[in-house]
Amino acid sequence: MDILGFLSEHIRYIYLIILMVFLGIEVISHVPSVLHTPLMSGANAIHGVVIVGAIIVMGHAEPDNYLALILGFISVILGTLNVVGGFVVTDRMLEMFKKKKK
Amino acid sequence: MEKYIVDIVYLIGSISFIIGLKMLSHPDTARRGNLYAAAGMIIAILATIFLDKTIGNYLWIFGGIAIGTIIGWIAAKKVKMTAMPQMVSLFNGMGGACASVISIVEYTRHDFSHGGAAFVAIIMAGLIIGTVSFAGSMIAFGKLNGNIGDKVFPGQKFINLVILLAAVSLAVYLSIQHHGDDTLLIVTLGIAVLYGIMFVMPIGGADMPVVISLLNSFTGVAAAFGGFVYNNQVMLTGGILVGSAGTILTILMCKAMNRSLFNVIAGAFGNTSGTSSSGDKQQGTVKEISVSDAAVLLAYSKKVFIVPGYGLAVAQAQHTCHELEKLLEDKGVEVKYAIHPVAGRMPGHMNVLLAEADVPYDKLLEMEDANSEMPNTDVSIIIGANDVVNPAARHDQSSPIYGMPILDVDKSANVIVMKRSMAAGYAGIENELFYYPNTRMLFGDAKASLTKLVSEVKAL
Repeated sequence: MDILGFLSEHIRYIYLIILMVFLGIEVISHVPSVLHTPLMSGANAIHGVVIVGAIIVMGHAEPDNYLALILGFISVILGTLNVVGGFVVTDRMLEMFKKKKK
Repeated sequence: MEKYIVDIVYLIGSISFIIGLKMLSHPDTARRGNLYAAAGMIIAILATIFLDKTIGNYLWIFGGIAIGTIIGWIAAKKVKMTAMPQMVSLFNGMGGACASVISIVEYTRHDFSHGGAAFVAIIMAGLIIGTVSFAGSMIAFGKLNGNIGDKVFPGQKFINLVILLAAVSLAVYLSIQHHGDDTLLIVTLGIAVLYGIMFVMPIGGADMPVVISLLNSFTGVAAAFGGFVYNNQVMLTGGILVGSAGTILTILMCKAMNRSLFNVIAGAFGNTSGTSSSGDKQQGTVKEISVSDAAVLLAYSKKVFIVPGYGLAVAQAQHTCHELEKLLEDKGVEVKYAIHPVAGRMPGHMNVLLAEADVPYDKLLEMEDANSEMPNTDVSIIIGANDVVNPAARHDQSSPIYGMPILDVDKSANVIVMKRSMAAGYAGIENELFYYPNTRMLFGDAKASLTKLVSEVKAL
């Protein structure tokens, strides 16, 4: 019952998930193979959105809860690495695709 | 009031991810797409920090972001073009670890007196998927870096399955408990790490791009579970979007190699070494060509195809290669590049590499176009590529690469293969092309050979 109740409570998210799955498929289904790597790298940067969760963990940590403080701090660093590194690497890859004028 | 603004900012962030991803899948808009997604990310982060009134500990947050930004920025800027795949894997692992750490904190904080099995199950799912992605990415990083070899032992698939089942059962058990159990949580974490390692260990280094893409979508899903935990829409949409797009991308990559995802995960390349020698007892001998002969052959051709592979990337010979191409063009030779979709260690690897050397985009032909021109080509010059030009893929059913589309270089009048030695390619199989009557070998490091070739052509 717990599971069913949970599903019903979050039914809007479940709709959202299903739509997002199809959107994700649709958005990239016509990508040329040249762009596979940059696209993967770009997607890699986007899932860095997990940083938002890390910020929430960090921001909610009580000042005397050292475990949460330390782990939250680590997770903020990890998430930032994912975001910053991901976007910068993707940009560097795509920089190479610039069309040169002769 | 702030709550509404946060919601709207998250909405804008989600839309920017969708549009960014869409633009990333087209060459002309890709770079802007990346920037749009990055902008969406920045506003989502800022909104979370400044507009969510429950957030404190600013010093810790900014400290963490500062450290992460500095390290991430420098690492991403300093990395060599050839090491990009490893870097992507590494950053992906960081994201997975982040999701995993968040799950740990949320588990220890969860108030079990109010039940919430489904909530704990979601925390556990985020923990396991994030951890597997982290551990797997680290192994993939090590493999691409050359620190870790392929390890296959009998019964591996069965053992992997047992490990996975153990992790899932523990997660279910912890979810239906009415109290927290930190020891078991750590055990689950350990098993997930083990599974990540064992999952990637047997897969061949050449398949790492596919694996990284798959782990990338895992991290996306882990992030989405985090979104569920916090009722956070931007995490949910971003995570699911990457999860689904990443899965499709993984399948597309497999298709480019004409293999199924299952085939890749089962580590087929790694298992077949030695079995394919049945039908291909090589006839004929390998013929070498001197640099000066090669120079003459090239300079007096009408049409030349350059077929680059990983060897070109390793030798960092893309500039020399471009120089040779320009020299030959000056002599009236038509020079094009034939790019196999999976040449190098990543799809698009060669395009990126050659673009770095300012080779014009329109000189790069994709496989189908190149193949239709092969019969009219005087010389195909293969620089550090191997499996993608192995004719066995067309006719030898016992070959592990049978069925993979290849570049039909053997159909051009002459083939020059630049290679360091007769060693097998990444798939670990012999290449019968080297024994063909129209093939000549030019042994040596790609850069050294190309440099010599350039000076010989100049001297003509």
